[in-house]
Amino acid sequence: MQKLLEVKELKKTFYKNKIPLVAVNHVSFDLIRGECLGLVGESGCGKSTIAKIITHLTVPDTGSVFLDGEETLFWKGKEERKLYRNIQMVFQHPKDSFDPRCSLGDGVMESMRNYGMSKAQARERMYELLDMAELERKYACCYPHEVSGGQCQRAAIARALAPSPKLIICDEATSALDVTVQAQIVALLKKLQREQGLSLLLISHDLALVQAICDRILVMYQGDIVEQGTPDEVIMHPKEEYTKILVESVF
Amino acid sequence: MKEKWGAGMRTRKKVKNYMALKLIIFGTLAAAVILMAVFAPYLTPFDPYEQDLGNALLPPGRVHFLGTDRYGRDMLSRVIMGSQTTIFSALFLVSVVTVIGSVLGIICGYCGGRGDSFLMRLSDIFLAFPGMVFAIAAASVMNGGIWNAVAALACISWPKYARIARSQVMSVKNQPYIAAARLSGSGFWKIIGKHVVPNIAGPVVVTAVLDIGTMMMEIAGLSFLGLGATPPTAEWGSMMSNGRSMLQTSPWVILAPGAAIFLTVMIFNLMGDTVRDFLDPRQRKR
Ligand SMILES: Nc1ncnc2c1ncn2[C@@H]1O[C@H](COP(=O)(O)OP(=O)(O)O)[C@@H](O)[C@H]1O
Ligand SMILES: [Mg+2]
Repeated sequence: MQKLLEVKELKKTFYKNKIPLVAVNHVSFDLIRGECLGLVGESGCGKSTIAKIITHLTVPDTGSVFLDGEETLFWKGKEERKLYRNIQMVFQHPKDSFDPRCSLGDGVMESMRNYGMSKAQARERMYELLDMAELERKYACCYPHEVSGGQCQRAAIARALAPSPKLIICDEATSALDVTVQAQIVALLKKLQREQGLSLLLISHDLALVQAICDRILVMYQGDIVEQGTPDEVIMHPKEEYTKILVESVF
Repeated sequence: MKEKWGAGMRTRKKVKNYMALKLIIFGTLAAAVILMAVFAPYLTPFDPYEQDLGNALLPPGRVHFLGTDRYGRDMLSRVIMGSQTTIFSALFLVSVVTVIGSVLGIICGYCGGRGDSFLMRLSDIFLAFPGMVFAIAAASVMNGGIWNAVAALACISWPKYARIARSQVMSVKNQPYIAAARLSGSGFWKIIGKHVVPNIAGPVVVTAVLDIGTMMMEIAGLSFLGLGATPPTAEWGSMMSNGRSMLQTSPWVILAPGAAIFLTVMIFNLMGDTVRDFLDPRQRKR
């Protein structure tokens, strides 16, 4: 049981018109190598903020994040690239996560080009990644508005796989898709996790979705993690009042 | 239902074709005016600076198509030559202001912080000031001259571009594709150059093209007041100023450069409108 990611005592306060709003309050959790960890909670409870802190898109007030035992929050420049080689993210709105003026293929190749791969090599690997994400190769030269949400999300998964990361964070990656496509994307993520030895952090407001595929679940409420355990433990024997309400609303 | 949709598509296509045609027409006209300015020295039938007092104030005729001024200089040659000063300084001014303004706006908008607040307060001051008054004051303090007029106008025009670029960047920088680019390991300059600039260029370019005509007017206006091009340089504004005492006796001296300004500004304004309609049909004014 090797810890890949350790999150300790994260706290983040936003100020709206000088009124403080604690979005994340002393959150700590571990992510074990190769596991699929779910993070559930109603919208606005701070799930995305945690994902943004881990990926350096937001700076927390206090707390630390360890990747393989190394503190990452101080990483800058070259070291930040090391973070992004290990942790990637799939966003909620697939079409907004691709530059409207770049083709999907360019988006997938961007990280490879940044890490010094030649254009021809990057193109070759980009096609392999599209195969892995089960997206037909012809979509590489499409622009985000020319494809469906599900196809775009597959391209986003290919992009996340490009630097061969150890962890992929999916922030509501299926919430903007329709139900059948949702199931396909979830199946794809699960398959990739198995085949590539990936770890997943699945963020969702949907307990039913998370309990079906995750090894462990964290339940979040108003900036706090109120409960954690295997899906069975959480659903069969909820300890907290909020979890009970959440479980009842689903089943 | 299906047919209706098809008809809608067809009209939209027609509109697009119509706009493309307009763009080609005005683009060609503007290009012709610019080419005229570039090749002005080869197009003038007479030397625009050679005085011939025996032929002063000749009305338009076969030899001097637009007549002569009070020193006997050929008006047509002077109008053609004058296009250089007015058009080149306006184009130069617009490009300088666009580049400086947008670079400042982009960096302020993307980085935020104290530098941003400071520059935006500064641009507020400039924007609150009546522009032409400032330009007149600045140009007269700097003692006139076409370069000083350009500098004075540049001083008051950059904040507009900084504002536009900044507000565009503010909305673009929170888009997930910028976050995705960061996660792909792209650095600051790559994100600005590859993802921010192409996505904000439209409105900035439209503003710049629409401003060419205005800038020409302002440069000509400063020259008219004696704060821009200095005589004997052929420049439309100063030529009008020289001729204004002769409006009743020899109107061609003032009408020729006046018509030149009018036509050129109109061509560039119409081109600007068309570029805007073409790039952003939503902004169209009815
Ligand atoms: N940039 C921000 N500025 C101000 N408040 C924010 C910002 N981002 C998030 N918040 C607030 O923080 C809280 C948690 O947001 P978020 O992490 O996005 O929730 P979730 O992803 O669980 O729906 C929300 O109340 C939201 O309004
Ligand atoms: Mg969220």
